Amino acid sequence: MQIIRPYGDRRDDGLVQLAFTLPVSAGPRAKEAAVQIVKSMGFRSVHVASMEAAGRGFSTFVAYGRGDFALDFDKVDAPVVQAPKHGFDELNAIVKRDLGRRIVVVGACIGSDAHTTGIDAIFNMKGYAGDYGLERYPSFRAVNLGAQVEPPALVAKAAELEADAVLVSQIVTQRDIHKENARALVQAVEAAGLRGRLLLVFGGPRIDHRLALELGFDAGFGAGTKPSEVANYLYYRVMEKAGKTPQQAD
Amino acid sequence: MSQLFVDASKAALARELAGRIADDVQATIDRHTTVAIERTVLRLFGIEGAGSGGAPLVNLIVDRLQAAGVLKRGAAWWLGRALRAGEGDLLSVLDRLLHPGNAAALSPSEDAELRDEMRREARAAVDELRAQVRRRNRLKSSLKAGAFEGSPLRYVIVATGNIHDDIDQARAAAEQGADIIAVIRSTAQSLLDYVPLGLTTEGFGGTFATQENFRAMREALDETSVRLGRYVHLTNYSSGLCMPEIAYMAAAERLDMLLNDAMYGILFRDINMRRTFCDQHFSRRICALADIVINTGEDNYITTADADEAAHTVIASQLVNEAFALRAGMKVERIGFGHSFEIDPAREDTLLRELAMAMMVRELHPRSPIKYMPPTKHKDGDIFFAHVYDAMSHLVAVTTGQHIQLLGMMTEALHTPFLQDRHAAIKAAGYVHKAARHLGSEISFRPDGIVAGRQREVFDKALALLEETARDGMVAAIGRARFGDVARTETGGKGLSGVVERAPDYFNPFLELLEAEG
Repeated sequence: MQIIRPYGDRRDDGLVQLAFTLPVSAGPRAKEAAVQIVKSMGFRSVHVASMEAAGRGFSTFVAYGRGDFALDFDKVDAPVVQAPKHGFDELNAIVKRDLGRRIVVVGACIGSDAHTTGIDAIFNMKGYAGDYGLERYPSFRAVNLGAQVEPPALVAKAAELEADAVLVSQIVTQRDIHKENARALVQAVEAAGLRGRLLLVFGGPRIDHRLALELGFDAGFGAGTKPSEVANYLYYRVMEKAGKTPQQAD
Repeated sequence: MSQLFVDASKAALARELAGRIADDVQATIDRHTTVAIERTVLRLFGIEGAGSGGAPLVNLIVDRLQAAGVLKRGAAWWLGRALRAGEGDLLSVLDRLLHPGNAAALSPSEDAELRDEMRREARAAVDELRAQVRRRNRLKSSLKAGAFEGSPLRYVIVATGNIHDDIDQARAAAEQGADIIAVIRSTAQSLLDYVPLGLTTEGFGGTFATQENFRAMREALDETSVRLGRYVHLTNYSSGLCMPEIAYMAAAERLDMLLNDAMYGILFRDINMRRTFCDQHFSRRICALADIVINTGEDNYITTADADEAAHTVIASQLVNEAFALRAGMKVERIGFGHSFEIDPAREDTLLRELAMAMMVRELHPRSPIKYMPPTKHKDGDIFFAHVYDAMSHLVAVTTGQHIQLLGMMTEALHTPFLQDRHAAIKAAGYVHKAARHLGSEISFRPDGIVAGRQREVFDKALALLEETARDGMVAAIGRARFGDVARTETGGKGLSGVVERAPDYFNPFLELLEAEG
């Protein structure tokens, strides 16, 4: 058992920093309202460090509170994407040796999303943060369809190329549009009868593995994901699907 | 002082090359029109509203003309023809005229009469737009602009999706010190081949650009400007498949600025090249008429490509954008060249390299209102680091005399800005701008130092790129992904079907009027 609490300045002090806006003009009542709001979250020893007028009818606050919450860290479980970590050359060599063919992936920003930064970081030759993109891997056939692709079109392309995996990226998350788009993709995959055959991978700054699983995907990758992590994951799962044993990394 | 270490002769050669590149494309522009240009002509004549199915009337008309293969004569001619055909609903009259066998042709004297009549109407419409421009300029000149003389104008975005929330947030931002409000468009609007109608409340990642939304926001900002005694500018996006229509709406509703780039749509929205080149020209003709400052989009090049390696593409593209704008009658005083503070913060001496770039852009275009964008690409959710990172861009902006500064948001890459994010950004920018107000005029850089060397290196590469582009043409250069790391083909992309070769008797009285003005 390992009981933990937020750590401010001393172990177990339970201190948390909060920043928020209230739609009222700054003043003594606004400040008291901020205190009450933080208290209503379960904090005590609430201290509103700053209140600033942010235009007429709005004020912003920085506040601190002490929380009584605690939990047993041993009981915390977070789903993570399980994959070995092979280097670029090594991965290309083992895909060729173990699978005997290229891994085919199709990617796109689906729905109305026009922000291709994420999908480009994973696909483009140049890659991201010094890590080569999937297009650079000789052992992958990586097709990036770009922005604003409708899910059925993406699935049709995946079927045409006999893809192993579909990668989708969503940056815009206002009013959960990303979840709506993700569900539309899962439906399109089901409609095409490819459920279970096609690996579904979801990525974006507000995406994590747990959310991806909830939405019916096989894996989710969040901010800062490097292309090599995705490449290794795909190798691992494609091998599994082919009934072969993936080679573990050192 | 902002310093330029580039030889004047090299700068002159680069401009000459950019002019040749633009002339080559201009020949194509002058032979074509587009569905968006013709819809804009109809809007200029006052055609507005929707047909029975909800589609904009201008789309219904232009689509009919295109389907009948007669758009090449110009929508202005057909509007004049329909008006001469007598009373009745415009669409029904057109349907009758376009029906096979119903000769729409006129005798030469009738044709000349039609054109004269439409030219008179066009002059009246242009006068009306000019009255709107004067109204805006009167208000602007009666108020102060910016925090202090020489301070970058503080540009923030609102992006709630709902015009009413946008107005609340825009007012709050203005009260905190914002000088320019940009209403981000709903994602995907750039790919709509029509402009939605009405006040809208349902956008994603932004709010639809509609004429009614423009009007409501400008009216709110007028009221706020008068109350604050400081003019608050409004900007939107003249980009995508409706570039010239948005330019018209902005002119009619007294917007101050527009994002408008000769190549952005091609590279970053995969809109067809010919379509974009034609549309940017007419949209800029309208911006020139309406005294609208355009903001070019070179900052985007260094979010897709590496900012340090691709710096020269920014310089080269700005010169090409300038050449296109001059050919559309724009004054350099209205061209807001875009660039950004975007070099990977993990590297050393990025402050010097960013200073070199910011000074070079500033000094290559001494009479233009330079638009400086904040770091975005390397922000990853660490809002505390992002706030410091943005402060560095404020320092470079004020030191190098950038005219328009888009303030970075600490929550970039997370969500559309919270009200408190904007507050923090405006407060920090206010502090840095004031603290470093005269820093730029106190320091000078060594001619043999890092800054000077960086400018020369980047400019030489820009010159080489312009030489290659002038030799092989813009189409080939874009085909080789020379700009923004994105390759496009002349017949690829969206919207090519909306490009029409002009007939010898093509008629566009607005183009005639605006071209006559230079």
